[in-house]
This record gives sequence, structure tokens and C-alpha cells, in this order.
Amino acid sequence: MEKLSRIGGRILQAIPPVFGVIVITFLLTRALPGDPAVFFAGLMADDGTIAQVRAELGLDQPLPVQFVYYLGDLLQGDLGNSLTTGQPVLNELAARLPASLELTFAGLFFAMAVAIPLGVLAATRPGSWIDHLCRVLVTAGVSLPTFFTGLFLIYVFYYLLGWAPSPLGRLDFLYLSPPPVTGFYTIDALLAGDWEVFWAALRQMVLPAVTLGLFALAPIARMTRAAMLSALSGDYVRTARANGLGGARVLWIYAFRNAALPVLTTLGMVFSFLLGANVLVEKVFSWPGIGSYAIGALVASDYAAVQGFVLCMALLFVVVNLVIDVVLTLIDPRVGLES
Amino acid sequence: MAAIARLRYTMSENPLTVIGFALFALLAAMAVFGPLIAPYDPLATRAVNALQPPSWAHPFGTDHLGRDVLSRVIVAARLDLGIAFSAVALSFVIGSALGCLAGFRGGWTDRIVGRLSDTIMAFPLFVLAMGVVATMGNTVENVIYATAVINLPFYIRVARAEVAVRRNAGYVQAARLSGSSDLRILATQLFPNVLPPMMVQISLNLGWAILNAAGLSFIGLGVRPPAAEWGIMVAEGASYIVSGEWWLALFPGAALMLAVFCFNLMGDGLRDMVDPTRRT
Amino acid sequence: MAPLLKVETLSIAFKTRKGDVQALHEVSFEVAPGEVVGVVGESGSGKSVSAYTVIGLLDQAGRITHGGVEYDGKPVEGRQRELRGREISMIFQNPRAALNPIMPVGQQIGDVLKRHALAGRTDARAKAIELLKQVKINDPEERVDSYPFELSGGMCQRVMIALALACSPKLLIADEPTTGLDVTTQKATMDLVRDLTKARGMSVVLITHDLGMAAEYCDRIVVMEKGHVVETAPVVQLFTSPQHPYTQKLIAASPGPRSELADLTGGLPEAPPSIAPPRKREPGPERLLEVVDLVKEFPKRGGSFFGRKPAPFRAVDGIGFQMMRGESLGLVGESGCGKSTTSSIIARLQDATSGSVVFDGQDIVQHPAARFARMPERGRIQMVFQDAHDSLDPRWSAAEAIAQPLRRISGMRDGGEIARKVAELAEMVGLPANLLSRYPHQLSGGQKARVGIARAIATDPLLLILDEPTSALDVSVQAVVLQLLDRLRRELGMSYIFVSHDLNVVRLLCERVIVMNRGRIVETGTAEEVLHAPKDAYTQKLVSAIPHFEPERLRAS
Repeated sequence: MEKLSRIGGRILQAIPPVFGVIVITFLLTRALPGDPAVFFAGLMADDGTIAQVRAELGLDQPLPVQFVYYLGDLLQGDLGNSLTTGQPVLNELAARLPASLELTFAGLFFAMAVAIPLGVLAATRPGSWIDHLCRVLVTAGVSLPTFFTGLFLIYVFYYLLGWAPSPLGRLDFLYLSPPPVTGFYTIDALLAGDWEVFWAALRQMVLPAVTLGLFALAPIARMTRAAMLSALSGDYVRTARANGLGGARVLWIYAFRNAALPVLTTLGMVFSFLLGANVLVEKVFSWPGIGSYAIGALVASDYAAVQGFVLCMALLFVVVNLVIDVVLTLIDPRVGLES
Repeated sequence: MAAIARLRYTMSENPLTVIGFALFALLAAMAVFGPLIAPYDPLATRAVNALQPPSWAHPFGTDHLGRDVLSRVIVAARLDLGIAFSAVALSFVIGSALGCLAGFRGGWTDRIVGRLSDTIMAFPLFVLAMGVVATMGNTVENVIYATAVINLPFYIRVARAEVAVRRNAGYVQAARLSGSSDLRILATQLFPNVLPPMMVQISLNLGWAILNAAGLSFIGLGVRPPAAEWGIMVAEGASYIVSGEWWLALFPGAALMLAVFCFNLMGDGLRDMVDPTRRT
Repeated sequence: MAPLLKVETLSIAFKTRKGDVQALHEVSFEVAPGEVVGVVGESGSGKSVSAYTVIGLLDQAGRITHGGVEYDGKPVEGRQRELRGREISMIFQNPRAALNPIMPVGQQIGDVLKRHALAGRTDARAKAIELLKQVKINDPEERVDSYPFELSGGMCQRVMIALALACSPKLLIADEPTTGLDVTTQKATMDLVRDLTKARGMSVVLITHDLGMAAEYCDRIVVMEKGHVVETAPVVQLFTSPQHPYTQKLIAASPGPRSELADLTGGLPEAPPSIAPPRKREPGPERLLEVVDLVKEFPKRGGSFFGRKPAPFRAVDGIGFQMMRGESLGLVGESGCGKSTTSSIIARLQDATSGSVVFDGQDIVQHPAARFARMPERGRIQMVFQDAHDSLDPRWSAAEAIAQPLRRISGMRDGGEIARKVAELAEMVGLPANLLSRYPHQLSGGQKARVGIARAIATDPLLLILDEPTSALDVSVQAVVLQLLDRLRRELGMSYIFVSHDLNVVRLLCERVIVMNRGRIVETGTAEEVLHAPKDAYTQKLVSAIPHFEPERLRAS
């Protein structure tokens, strides 16, 4: 019960950031270069038409009134229509979001699977060769521009070795996409029991996911190492040892569980990096997610689409942070009580 | 003297930091003397020379317009480092001022500054930078502003946290007893003690700022061709990777990587010097 | 009887960046079954290192260079893992940090029981409750599910005792188990340890810097200095006829209920008396300070999201007292009693919620703390802080720190004049002139305390507030600093407010004492009255909790 109320408190705390995000996206919309009315009215419009368009768009109203209109549109799920396709931006984003999410989660999963054991190993043997290796690896990893890593991996594994499929999209054109349930091709293929498509989708995803993951290695491994070091030198670990508890139990139940808390907090930051890097990786691998959609919109000066994309990413990130906070509240009895 | 001895000690303890500083010297030289060192005109196109693999005449090969890749990589240093330094300087000045104020004053000041940095942090930062450049206009200045904005929260947070833990330290109380005004305490007691962790942040941020700016130009924001810039050069070379012309993208990409690597190594080294116990 | 534990010519070296440092030099002592042995020494004496070696928790940088440890007739080397918890266990200082913050305490006890196969999945909880009951924790059925942050420091220490005794070991090592706890909690905890270990016939090694505690709870005492054992003797013998000069010095320096300031250094003042002539003070009202109905409230954070704001916490709850010119007043109480808040309001570092503080005929709480810093009155109330290290800016040398009030308050500009004045102040506090260019991390604790005192008296204040100025210092250093403070007061004609938790120390410096509890004054009187004939129930409890060693009393018993 008490936990529930604390989780409720966490959710309420997510409201100010959401509001801030909406205000900033709104201001960005209004900061469009030039007069949006001229832009939307088209090249051939005369002054009368432009004024009419301006009134239609509500641009003749004061800024706070415009903001209320904007909020109203948002509540109805209206992000405007894409200039290039004429489709509602919301629908286009919704159709492409699963592709981006699948890739980002795969990258995060890869990064965690490598970085957390590496960080723990480095922390249990500070000053050893594995500690130094960890340090060099993660520093190198965070220094790699994701788009460059992606290209390099394509060159080696597709052009030179021929192990990877051609870096074009989520699925080779030989296969039909699985019946959509979650929108994640790998999961949908498994649900449909289609192993062949599953493998094809997985093969397609390995290189971009690794590219993303390499970038996220560093912060996770660093934080794991630091948190483990501080937990292992903590007084409570000494107490556990003094009472005869064994190495494995002290390492995992006493030290690692405590160290997991700051690592989890870091994951929020890592996710922010990943969502940004995702845009670049999608371009390199022609991945049909919202990132490559945004780049296309940027090239075509399709502002409604760009705004929708920024808002969508920000809301996604707020949700991720919220989930992390709720998980933290569930495992750390102290969260929300410190004064 | 003690500082120099400590510097030398840290250097011998951690050779990677030495590599970091050496790389930085190289990059700085490229940025300052770029056009003088470059063997060719970075913008001169020669169609007959297009897509030449690395050779003695063109150690890094030539691109699709026959321009010398080596010259372009060298000359680009000025633009890339310039963007990063201006952006980081901007966010350092504004961020540390806001952060110090918030940490010292607490109360409403703290809440407003905190909200501001929370709101910026609520965006995936690269995406926010994309949005800012896309709407404010596709220019180099706007890339600098956007990069500064997304770095701002880091400085606010570091400055705020460092000031807040020291705000009630004994020596700050003692300075009050000695008749110092709040502003003087902030300037003479708190800020100098906050500076070392800020230097670490600056060094790490520089690498990140370079990555961001290059990432933006990679997707066509900010710097425009034919200007020589590492991110654009990688983008231009991208389509040739699948046909095996690797040198177009590899060399600017490697330069980019080395620059970021160098700042990260320096940041780590500085962190060790500032606080050996906090090495991560 | 064969000793249970035998430490024989043990030498330990630590690898540091500056090369090997010898921490222990051929240390030997024994512990018989059922015996309580105290290991006593000041910081850096190596008293904890030997204990960590016994239990095998020595830092990785440390290694045995000579000798060894035997438990039950066999070397411990290589079998500490099986001994820990089962045969030998340990309790530490800072109990809250010593428990796993995200695991209920009952589960932590259960873990230890299960490790030693004394409980299974089903009965671990019941046995944990039973243990909590034994360490006298109220509502053990509820507390078993509490997290350490929900318990007080004293309760956490009890939980740690329950952990240590869970598997009925034969030897308990207690490493400064009550440091940081209030004196009444300290007594309750130590009584509990004594009763429980006696009932089980256990041996105890008590590591402490507090001679009084060692005298009260130990059978035999090992005195250590700089890695050497200098003397080992039964308690009565050690305190009635100490043999080694260091033991004599240590005993003399520990203030007891009857010791005099001059006795602390064996009658020999360590610093030469200053040459400064006594100050002529301008005449003023006889009453220097009057505190009337002083209240300080702190808003409580939190409560539930929708709930009402909780009532503010009253740290200082309407106190009032007076102080004469030249008087020295002690402000005594346990942590959280409001004594530090009171002193920092009088020092004008904090604003009061209501009430007035009339200093030298002027109500000074009218001016907000932020503005007071720049008023001329600032120089007349100064303060010496508890943590001398924390009170010095790490980037400023000793001379710069002392010069700060001279520049800001006295308005001195001329570098030469400032340097002369700083040198004069340094001499007054017995700080060698060659240390003035050093930075805080290059100074010892006692030297830093002197810098803090020199800075505080730089503006020639009327009132000096001393906030536990010696509580972080070793007793021998404390003795010298107390003598210095007493001399300065007489020579400079200052008044003191001495804030402390230690009645024995306060008595040495103050004529009159105020005892505070929960934000209120519970008793006022001369120091002798309060210490030897306390009237209030709380004061009585406080006084009786102070561990004593009085050779006369020990001899009688």
C-alpha cells in the first residue's frame, strides 16, 4: 500500500517534465524560420490568402492562446499532417515506432550483457589487466561516432567477409514481414512460429544493434565498476564477511544488489544517448524507424513531421525514466523517503 | 611545485593520460596551422583524380570529386574543434553561473534552475539538438547554440551539487564569521573549489560536443558541403563503403574518433588528478 | 588456562605509494577464555589493525611480516573463513553503515544463521526474532522486517550485536562499537554487550580510544602507541600504578569528574605562556548576553503527496539564559538537543524563528544572518568549529586563513601589518611560525585546531563560541588545546560558550553549565553541582552514563 502511494507520487512527478517538453516543442514550432503562414499558403498565394491561412492556423492569436490550441490538438492526437506524404504525422510515427524500439532495446540489451559483467570483473580485480582492458575498451567505445562504427562494421562484415546481409532495412526482400502483433519483427516471427523469418530479422538487426550497443557500453561499464567498488568497500560488506558469509553471496546479494541501484539510474541517461544515436544508425542501415523518417522530413523541410518526431522521442524518454523510477522504488526501500 | 610533481606522478601512473595530452597537442596544431600543413587545396576538385585509393601522392586517397582526403581531414580540425570549444565555453559560463547560484541560494532559485535543467534533460539530447537546429535554421552558429543548450544541464548539475555540499562547510561558515559577504564567499571560497570537477566535465564534454556536431552534419544539419568537416566527409563517403571505397569515410571517421578519444583520456586523467578516489 | 587467542610478535606492513609503512611492531597479547581485554590507544596506534588481522579482513595492501595469530592453539592463517561468525565475530563503529541498507535486518541475521547451518528456510525468521529479543529490541516481530534506515543508531548497533552473536562464537571483537553514539546509548549498548557475553562465557576484545570505557568494561588492558604495545596490565593495576610514561600521559590527559585542567598534562603546560599583556577592555554592561524565549523551527519535508504539511520540527523550543562579562558557560546535551542550533544562532550564522538575543546591550537577531556578516559587531562574536579540518578552506594556507578576518572585519590592507599580526596570533596559540605557509592537509589535527582558534581571536572578540572544539582530537591533544583555551580566556578577557556532549570536559573550562534536552533547558547550575549532584532526572541519567575510571574507586572495589 505504502509502495503504491510512492509509485503514485513518482507518476505525478513525471507531469512537470511532460509539460516542459510540450512547452519547448510548442516554442520550437513557433520559432520556424520565416512566416509559417506564407509557407503553408504556398508559393502562388497573395496577401489575402496568406491572412486567411494565418487565421485558419490560429497564428493571429496571442502566444498563450495558440498554446491552448496546440494543447487541444495534442490531446486529440493531432500532430498535423506530413507535408510530403499528406498523411497524419501521428499515424506515420506509430507505424515506424516499433522498428526503432526493437533496434534500441536490442542495442541496450547487448550493451548491458557485455558491460555489466565487465564492470563487475573490473571492480573485483582493481588494478589488474582486466581492469585496464575495461577502461581502454569503454573509453574507445564511447569515442566511436556511431555512424562511423556502423559504416566500418558494414565494410568488414558485409563487403569484405560477406557474413552480414545487405544493410538495407529490417528484413531482406526475400521474406514477407511476419503478421504484426507487437510490431517487433523478431517477436512477431516467434509468435507466428516462423523460424526462418526470425533468423532473417535477427541477422538484419545484429550489426545496427551492436553499433548502438558499443556506444552505450562505456557509461554502463563505468558505473557498474564504480558502484561495485564502492559497495565492496562498504561497511556492510565488511560486516557480512566478518560474520562468515561466503564470497559469492557477499558479491552478488550484498554488493551487487546495492550497486545495481546507481547502475539502473544511469540507464536513463544511457537511453537518452541511445535514442539520439538511433537516428544516426537508422540512416546508416536504412532502418525504417522514426529516426530515418525524421531525417527525410528534415531534408524536405517537413516541419510538422520533425516536431512530431521530437515530441514523440521526448515522451518516450519520459516514459522510460518513469519506468526506471518505479523499478527503483520497488527494489530500494529508501527511495522517496530521503529528506 | 607540488602541482607539477603531482602532475608528473599521475602521468607516470597512467600513461594513457600522456597519450591523451599528446593527441591534444597534435589536434591543436592541426586546428591552428591546418591550411599551412595541408599538402593540397582542400576544396580543389579534379574529376580525373576521383576515388583514387591511398598512394604516396595522396596518403589518404581522394574523394568522389578528386579532392585530397588528407588535406580535408587536416583543415577540418579547425571547424570541428571550433564548434566544440565555442559550445562548451558557452555552456560552461552560463551553466556554472546558474548552478552555483542555485546551489548557494537554494529555495526558489534552485527550483527554477532545477526545472530548467530537468526539462532539457527530459529530451533525448541529440534529438533536442536536431529540433533546435531544424527550427532555428541550418547554420553553424545554430549548431553551436544547440550543442551548448544540450550540454547546459551537465554544468548546472555539477556546479549545483558541488556548491550545495560545500555551502554549509565549516570553512564557508568561518568565512561568514570573518565578515565575508555571500558574493565574496561564492567567488573566493566556493567557485575555486568547484573548478576542478568542472574541468573534468569540460574535458569529457568537449569530446561529446564534437560527436554531436559531427552527428548533426552527418544527417545534413549545420555545416554544408563543400566545407571540409569530419561528419560531412563520413556522410559523403558512406555510399562508397558498400562498393569498397573505404578510405573516403575511414580517415575522417578515424580523425573524429581520435579527437573524442583524446578528450576522454584527458578527462579521465584530470579526474584522477582531482580526486584519485573517484576513479571510475 | 590456555589462552583462547594468542597474538605473538605480530608485525604488519602496509604497501603505500610512498613505500612500505610498518603499522605493527612485534605486537603480542593474549586473551583467556571468558576474559575481556581492552586494546587502548590514540589514532594511528595500530589498535584496529591487529583485530582485522585476527579475523582476516586486513586491507589487501597489508601483509604480515613477522609473527602470527593463534586461535584455540592453532594458527588462524588460512582458516579465517570458517572461523568468522562461527568462532570469532566482530562489531564495528558506525552501525548504520555497517548493515546492508536494502535488506531487512531479520533477513541479514537469517543469512548468517543459514550460512552456518544453524537455521533453515523455515525457521530463520523465528530465530532472528528470538535474537532481536535477546538484544532487547522492542517489538521484535515488527522490527525483523525493518530496514536499517528505519532504525536509530543505537538500534542498528543492537542488530549488529545480534548478528555477531547469532552463531554463539567464543570471541567477540568490538572495534570502537559506540563511537558516534550518544553517551546514554553508549552505556546501554555496552551494558548489553557485557551482559550477553558474560552469560555465554565469551571472550571480548574491546578496541577503544576511551580510557573510561576500557576501565569500566575490561578485565585487562593493552596500551598501544605507534604500533607498539607499551604496557599490558589488569585494570586496577594499570590505573593505580601505570608503569610506562605513555600510559601515564594518557591517563593524566583523560578528564575525569575530579581532574583539574593543570593535571591533564601532568602539571607541565606544553606551550610556553604567551607574552601578550592582558587586554584592557572598554567598560560595558555587566550582562554580556541575554537570550530570551529563543525558538528555531525547521520545516519538515515530505508527508504524503496529498496530505497536510507536517508540523515543523522545533529544534530550539523557547529557551532563555543570561551570561555575564568574562563568564564561561557550558552548553551540554546529547545530539539533537538543540545546543548546536542555539550556538549558531547566537553566532549569527542562522536566523531564529522568534525570540531575541541581546548582546552587549543590542538585540542582534534583528539583523538577518546574511547582513550581520558585514556589520562591525561581527568581529565581537566569533566561533571555533568542531571539525577543524572542515573549517579550513583546502586551498588556503594557515596564514591566509588567519588573515581573512583581519582583512574583512578589521579592514587591514597593508600586507606587512597583516603578516605581523598573523605571526603574533600564531605565537599566542602556540603555532610554530614555520607552519604558517602550510595548507590544511599538511597540518596535524592539533595544529589545525590552533589555526581555527587563532582565526577566531584575530578580531579580539568579546564572546567566543566553542562548538565541540576538541571532540575530534586525541585526548593528549585535547588536553593541550583545553589548557590553551583557558589561558587565552584569562589573558584576553573573553567570555566563552562551550558547547559539548562531555560533562567532564565542560567542567574543566566552565563555571556554569546549562543542560539541554529536546530543545529545552532542563537544568542550570555550577559545573560542580550539575556533575556531582544533578537534580533533573535527565541530567542524572546523563551523568551516570559517563564511563569513569577513578583510581580510588577502582581500588575500593
